[in-house]
Amino acid sequence: MSFNWKHYFKTFSLKELMQGMGVTGKYFFERKITIQYPEEKTPISNRFRGHHALRRYPNGEERCIACKLCEAVCPALAITIDLEERPDGTRRTTRYDIDMFKCIYCGFCEEACPVDAIVETNIFEYHFENRGENIQTKDKLLAIGDKHEAEIAKMKAADAPYR
Amino acid sequence: MTFEQIIFYLFSAVLVAAAVGMVTVRSPVYAALCLILSFFTSAALWLLLEAEFLGLVLVLVYVGAVMVLFLFVIMMLDLNTDPLKEGLVKHAPVGFVVAAVIAVEMILVLQSAPFQIATPLNPAPANNTEALGAILYTDYVYPFEIAAVILVVAIIAAITLTLRRRPDSRKQDISQQVQVKRADRVRLVKMKAETKEQA
Amino acid sequence: MMEILANFFGAFLPEWMVTLLIILIKVVAIVLPLILLVAYATYAERKIIGFMQVRVGPNRVGFKGLLQPFADMFKLIFKEIVIPARSNRFLFLIAPLLAMGPAFAAWAVIPFSDGMVLADVNAGLLFLLALTSLGVYGVIIAGWASNSKYAQLSALRIGAQMVSYEIAMGFALVGVLMASGSLNLGDIVRAQSGSIFSWFVWPLFGLFLVYFISGVAETNRAPFDVAEGESEIVAGFHVEYSGMAFSIFFLAEYANMWLIAALTSLMFLGGWLSPFQGLTFLTDMPVLGRVFGDGIHWLLLKASFFMLLFFWFRATFPRYRYDQIMRLGWKILIPITLVWIFAEGLAIALGWKPWL
Repeated sequence: MSFNWKHYFKTFSLKELMQGMGVTGKYFFERKITIQYPEEKTPISNRFRGHHALRRYPNGEERCIACKLCEAVCPALAITIDLEERPDGTRRTTRYDIDMFKCIYCGFCEEACPVDAIVETNIFEYHFENRGENIQTKDKLLAIGDKHEAEIAKMKAADAPYR
Repeated sequence: MTFEQIIFYLFSAVLVAAAVGMVTVRSPVYAALCLILSFFTSAALWLLLEAEFLGLVLVLVYVGAVMVLFLFVIMMLDLNTDPLKEGLVKHAPVGFVVAAVIAVEMILVLQSAPFQIATPLNPAPANNTEALGAILYTDYVYPFEIAAVILVVAIIAAITLTLRRRPDSRKQDISQQVQVKRADRVRLVKMKAETKEQA
Repeated sequence: MMEILANFFGAFLPEWMVTLLIILIKVVAIVLPLILLVAYATYAERKIIGFMQVRVGPNRVGFKGLLQPFADMFKLIFKEIVIPARSNRFLFLIAPLLAMGPAFAAWAVIPFSDGMVLADVNAGLLFLLALTSLGVYGVIIAGWASNSKYAQLSALRIGAQMVSYEIAMGFALVGVLMASGSLNLGDIVRAQSGSIFSWFVWPLFGLFLVYFISGVAETNRAPFDVAEGESEIVAGFHVEYSGMAFSIFFLAEYANMWLIAALTSLMFLGGWLSPFQGLTFLTDMPVLGRVFGDGIHWLLLKASFFMLLFFWFRATFPRYRYDQIMRLGWKILIPITLVWIFAEGLAIALGWKPWL
């Protein structure tokens, strides 16, 4: 390679380094895009997959019919279901546990459910303080569903046209 | 006792302790660290004697560079210290003879004429860096330059002894890398878009 | 001020204790503001790099996050110092102190303003070179004593890097020494007085660049921070350190950065000298004259500018590869300084001194 005057001038004038610093220097004065989390929050999609919930019909009967489709489809084997036949002949769960440590929040359970019983809500701020609390039992899931039913229904309705 | 005397005795004690430790301590890393400490304290003593140039150069050259490389080598070696502890009795006579010879030589050299204090410089220079520089580059310019040439030869010799050109090594030539221009690597080809029939 | 104190203590203490006490008071007067500067350098770094990455940086503790350094400090104080099994306990604990000692001791010869210096030694420049070369021991010993391969690798890298860049740094200082004709830092600054055009940056611009670049390499800052290289060797020599022992390494690093920044401004940008020197209509104004005139605030301002450059570099440049660092030091910076010193010597020999 022959002696390249242009190259050496460019190198020793530190031109490219200056250009790089120019770029970072410009961004120094740019508007910051940080969201101040607990006070500000980003909008959440209707399809957001957060904490699970079990829903009920408007008449108060739980939707889940213990078909075990969710248990079968769950790639992380996070769902455990036991079932019984009620005196009125319907099929219901006696146990519906989700291990939140195993769950990967893929949403397959929700897709698989024929009666829209198990859903993933937009709740993403939750924590466990003791061992064992990571197993969300049927009662807890139903309680969450009862509490957020209005919101869940709204989200489902908003997303329905695209399904 | 003045403040300077206290400092002097403090540093002298540390220097002697470090020097003794350097010889007696078992672990080679500790020995090297003791040597560093003794260099450092002797530099401090020189500073007290107002020989600031010599003291600081001792720190700069020996502590700052030579001993770093020393430590490097010692830390890289997986030294087995057990064999070092053997054979004290067997080697002791030789050791004493060598020590005696060195002691005699040092005494002879120190008593010889060039080491006796000549008439002190009059007036004493305020800045001994300047004084040293003036003497080195006037009276002793040839010895000084010859010493420099010898050192350069030593450097070149060390490099040529250790440098092996290995044609098979996949070494990168950085200056070639940074000189690469777009035209060297990218070739733009103009061609017509293929139609379905051709494919 | 100091005489009053000396007389006060001299009434009931022996002479050597008074000397010691006076020195200690001066040391504290330098070290305390320095630690504060270091603490806020960490804050400034996080803020500035945050801003350059379109983030806001720390903003929770205190107004705009201004108390963040103290929060960090308290957190680190209360953390456990974990000493790895099979490490060398004594050297492991003494290494951070060895890193911090030289970083702070070097400030003894820094003149903050005309006559404002702890030890006005003749060979101040040599003293600084000697002390900055000592800083490498803390790191090497930390790397070895941790008994960890990552720490050891990092110690080897940093040792070789610092020894190499010291040479370029020393040569750059030789240029300053030749231009000023003195090793005393105060005299070096005074040799630059006159106007902004008698600062050494102009005739020694190449040496100025070389000095600052080697300074960045010497303090192991980006883009020369292969010793930390978190992607290959986790965090380098301080992987095994936690709590206060870790934070002392941090303290030493930032104190060294301030030192390099202060030295660059002293030796090339006229230290405490005002850039408006010689413009008498500005410096003679009744109140503003103090601001436009010489003083410690100019040194602080200039040093802060170089600190900004440190952070700016870190936000901009990707890390050098190790062989590239060695090439830059030995094959580019050292030849530049040699050529520059030769040209400068020629100019001095011919009696052509543009800076006088």
